[in-house]
Amino acid sequence: MNQFIPRGTSKISARGLNVHYGDKHALHDIDLDIPAGEVTALIGPSGCGKSTFLRCINRMNDMVEGARVSGTLQLDGSDVYDRQLDVVQLRARVGMVFQKPNPFPKSIYDNVAYGPRIHGLARDQAELDEIVMNSLEKAGLLAEVESRLSESGTGLSGGQQQRLCIARAIAVSPEVILMDEPCSALDPIATAKVEELIDELRDNYTIVIVTHSMQQAARVSQRTAFFHLGKLIEVGGTEEIFTNPREPLTQGYITGRFG
Amino acid sequence: MTEMAEITVAARTAETVAARLNRRYAAERRFRILGLASILISAGFLVLLLGTVIAKGWTGFLQTQIAIEVAFDPQVIDPDGNRAPEVLDSADYPALVRDALAARLAPDADRGARRDLSAMVSTMGAEQMRRMVAADPAVIGGRATLWLPASDKLDMVYKGQAPRELGTAGNVLNDRQLGWMAELEKAGQIRKAFNVQFFTGGDSRAPEQAGIWGAVVGSFFSLVVTLAVSFPLGVATAVYLEEFAAKNRWTDLIEVNINNLAAVPSVVFGLLGLAVFLNVFHLPRSSPVAGGLVLALICLPTIIIAGRAALKAVPPSIRQAAAGLGASPLQIVAHHVLPLAMPGMLTGTILGMARALGETAPLLMIGMVAFIVDIPKSPLDPSAVLPVQIYLWAGSSERAFVEKTSAAIMVLLLFLVVMNMAAIMLRKKFERRW
Repeated sequence: MNQFIPRGTSKISARGLNVHYGDKHALHDIDLDIPAGEVTALIGPSGCGKSTFLRCINRMNDMVEGARVSGTLQLDGSDVYDRQLDVVQLRARVGMVFQKPNPFPKSIYDNVAYGPRIHGLARDQAELDEIVMNSLEKAGLLAEVESRLSESGTGLSGGQQQRLCIARAIAVSPEVILMDEPCSALDPIATAKVEELIDELRDNYTIVIVTHSMQQAARVSQRTAFFHLGKLIEVGGTEEIFTNPREPLTQGYITGRFG
Repeated sequence: MTEMAEITVAARTAETVAARLNRRYAAERRFRILGLASILISAGFLVLLLGTVIAKGWTGFLQTQIAIEVAFDPQVIDPDGNRAPEVLDSADYPALVRDALAARLAPDADRGARRDLSAMVSTMGAEQMRRMVAADPAVIGGRATLWLPASDKLDMVYKGQAPRELGTAGNVLNDRQLGWMAELEKAGQIRKAFNVQFFTGGDSRAPEQAGIWGAVVGSFFSLVVTLAVSFPLGVATAVYLEEFAAKNRWTDLIEVNINNLAAVPSVVFGLLGLAVFLNVFHLPRSSPVAGGLVLALICLPTIIIAGRAALKAVPPSIRQAAAGLGASPLQIVAHHVLPLAMPGMLTGTILGMARALGETAPLLMIGMVAFIVDIPKSPLDPSAVLPVQIYLWAGSSERAFVEKTSAAIMVLLLFLVVMNMAAIMLRKKFERRW
């Protein structure tokens, strides 16, 4: 596993990224660098394109009918939208956690083991067991589910389900984890646990998180990017954005004048 | 002033609402009564239908039998005494039955009386004796009291479905025969027993010998062929259209056509089967394989439509979760979507099969209406199926076929009920909430 990540180098970098959904121009000329080993929060009002940007990184937009992407988006210097690049391989490197917890209706064990199984990451059962245990441990879920690994993942509480989804994502050992409003369906206590987890994961993974909650962005991220109407308005250190934004639009959004 | 006006308006609102309330309640009551009435009417028709079928048909499960002491006369069965199987097999057992009846009822019977006597029992009696001899030749020379199946005419009279009073118009037995029957009845030598022949026999021109087993086996073979063809094809079509095919004018056209096919009268499929499966591919006529293929065509739209609905019901979040982990489209479908959609697909398939089991018209088109006595041994043998058997019996002139028809309808309905229950249970068991 990638224990050491040089801070500050650019893991993901977008240049002139445009996305259309049919006639709708969803993202306009986005230039954005996402540094390795940090949590980058994408904020902005509904429909501003922050989720669209997130879904470009692991090409989930491919599944959307009529979506077109132009411009470049590089992961470690190689183009994500290169025809040569296999999307399966990309998604093994870039994991994703969704807005609503979506565990498979299978056992807790099988949920976590699914990724390693389809990618052939474990040579034998013992190794697979180890990956599953490790991932659950890292997701802070092991203590709660150790005795019932064979029970269905859908039987867990909402917060536990979301941490199971995080465990499932990190079982593949990705380099980047994308989180699309991971706490919007959770109660405050479960949210706190997930936020704590995000903070711990930062040491090993580059994390990009879309959030509606500015408090959450302030709590978990080191960098924040503010999107508005499909354009990237401002990006910078989280503290700077929240205390001293350069753009009046950013100022308006974080002080709650619109959103 | 304004306060007053507001109070007046508020009071008027309350009044208006209260006035309308009664009308609303009345409308609701009317609606409920209408609904209840429709349910009662449909239930009434159902009871009428089932009641008629059961009342007419339950006696079909019974068989009238006569107890007669028969002699296994060596002179008739095996005159040479060497017990050769072919001699034992072809001996004149009907004569032995006739003699036994004559000995019991009319010792000095002439030819006419003997003919009347033998018309009272089924030829199955002689067959029963032949089987006993074949099983154990040691019975030859002995005597035994056997319960022999009555002929269909005696059966009808004894069950009260034909007049038993002497000299009535429409008598199926003559006065002499009715007298003999009364004599046997007085001596307790006539009874109604469970009709094993009905469940184990093939079709026959003699009503008392006719059974549904041939049709049941034919239906079974047909449904196996139908299932083997329509399930994989239907599931593959549904999965491809729903998960892989691009949504464009062509797939829309295909979808419209599939929906239309579901509404095409089944006899049209029968004509297609006649033209293609029999005339082009030369499949054996009136065989379950040809019938099963035609039924598969009829089931396909149902299975595809049910399959697509089941696939649509799998939430997209599951597909996204798998895709997010790097599963390929095929893996997403095979590992997640298909297993979750399978109960719905199976339910649709069972309902399709139930429809196929009840289809008659298309099978008439491919010659499954033939009179077939033998029990089919493979899907390539000519055979009947249950609904066609019912159709055949319903058109037969013998009075005794009326109860056979209703009894066969009961058996068919039983199969249909079992299949539909299986579909409902499957749906209940695997129903998921997301």
